[in-house]
Amino acid sequence: MPKAIAHVTRARYLLLLLPFVAYLYPGWYDRIEPHLFGFPFFYWWQLLWVVLTSLSIGAVMLLGRVRR
Amino acid sequence: MTLRDEVFAGLILLVSAMGFVAARWGGANLQRLDEWALGGRRFGTIVSWFLIGGDLYTAYTFVAVPALIYGAGALGFYAVPYAAIAYPFGFVVMSRFWTVARNRGYVTAADFVRDRFGDRSLEIAVALTGVLALMPYVALQVVGMKAVFVHLGGAFATGNGELALTVAFVLLAAYTYTSGLRAPAAIAFVKDTLIYATVIAAIVIIPPRLGGWAHIFSASSAALAARPKPASILLQPQLAVAYATMALGSCFALFIYPHSITSVLAAKSRVVVQRNMALLPVYSLMLGFLALLGYCALAAGIKTTNGNVVVPTLLTMFLPNWFAGAALAAIVIGALVPAAIMAIGSANLFANNVFGEFTPRRAQGSAHLSKLLALALLLFALGFVVFVPTKYAINLQLLGVIWMVQIVPAFVLGLYTRALHPKALLLGWIVAMATATWMAVSTVTSTGSLSPNITFTYWSHPVTAFIALYGLAINLAVTIAATALFSLLRIRRAPDATSPRDYS
Repeated sequence: MPKAIAHVTRARYLLLLLPFVAYLYPGWYDRIEPHLFGFPFFYWWQLLWVVLTSLSIGAVMLLGRVRR
Repeated sequence: MTLRDEVFAGLILLVSAMGFVAARWGGANLQRLDEWALGGRRFGTIVSWFLIGGDLYTAYTFVAVPALIYGAGALGFYAVPYAAIAYPFGFVVMSRFWTVARNRGYVTAADFVRDRFGDRSLEIAVALTGVLALMPYVALQVVGMKAVFVHLGGAFATGNGELALTVAFVLLAAYTYTSGLRAPAAIAFVKDTLIYATVIAAIVIIPPRLGGWAHIFSASSAALAARPKPASILLQPQLAVAYATMALGSCFALFIYPHSITSVLAAKSRVVVQRNMALLPVYSLMLGFLALLGYCALAAGIKTTNGNVVVPTLLTMFLPNWFAGAALAAIVIGALVPAAIMAIGSANLFANNVFGEFTPRRAQGSAHLSKLLALALLLFALGFVVFVPTKYAINLQLLGVIWMVQIVPAFVLGLYTRALHPKALLLGWIVAMATATWMAVSTVTSTGSLSPNITFTYWSHPVTAFIALYGLAINLAVTIAATALFSLLRIRRAPDATSPRDYS
């Protein structure tokens, strides 16, 4: 495997850190505005990130498949 | 009997029958441990998705999370980040564990620790942690069922719901004994279909009748602020650390609980495990909306001191009669599925890693002992709820999460490195278990009830954080220091029974 591709395949695991960054500092999202469909930011941000967590795991799997 | 009660009773009978019939699924020899306990490690993506989802998202979760939101506001929403970040963690750790377990025939986490470190006492410590943490969790499933029976009233509530509870539980114990993991796997389809239908119906029907989400949030905000002990729909800044540490600490515990291990190991390939980690967050999304039913209850003006009745009351208030029957059945079935898997998971630990270590000649791969123990554990849990006040089950379950995290160094780090000395890991575990339990018990004197969080003052800033993470920090510090000491003293350690290719 060429070195550059090996780096990409390893680096894809960094995507798995995104949900931790999004969730573990509540100071970033603990507010009311902006609203979305009547939901305060605190709630829709966290619900949105459930979907994005799922997508980042999916992306890691897909990037792993490209390698083979 | 009303239509609601008939639908309810019919569904419970249906899943009980499915539990017994499941023994024939795949036509395997159920006397073999990996057939009885792990369904022959043959489940594909879809079966695993229902099974793991049905296992992790228990009835107690469905009742307790909205109850917490109803009682404490924003803090209760920590279940959502927790149930999201557990998946990237599980994706990395559990797919590695699945592989080594498949290659070496492990059924429990303690099986792996025994081979990896060659240390019987560490194996027993890991096994006992799992059993101790799970027993109150099984008991809480019974509590969830009891709440529904009492709410239904009539014949179901005979003897404070204990008659119906006993019938449901004896049936559960019987089909868990005969069918093993195949029973909850089959029932999980019914459970999750009902739960999804209920949550979607609740989300479609209830908010518009209460004037829409914007109004629900503002009404909840007002109701929480008017409490004798005011709460809020936003997190008070002094609770931010508690919120984040509870999410992170619980995330470490989720997949290393014995029942999670049981249902993950039942997958047929590593890719099935990985795919499920990407797909299971759908359940977390549902949990998030379900949690918000706690605010719907506030907006609907439901007033109670027992938060556990909030969801059943709300469902009966807003859903058509027959649908309410199905929804209440979903909660009861939602308790049966995890209770069966929890009994199987802890029975395996007892049979393989505790009793097995003390009997010279054990029947390798036989399910006999595990089956009897699963039966005994379920009956014990029933007795626990009938004779011991609910408060103790809840407190013990809180302690359970804190305890479970203490096997992270031996089990999770053990999957990647053998650098830590087994006796040091044991020492770290002992110190952390004792200190963390003491911390939790000491919160009773300061807050009046057992709390998962403790407040320390650092440079005159009070910080409230989850005790499980304090335990883990102490655990790691002791383990690392003792490893350094033991290697200086050249204390011998057993070789690794696994080899690098077992992991890939």
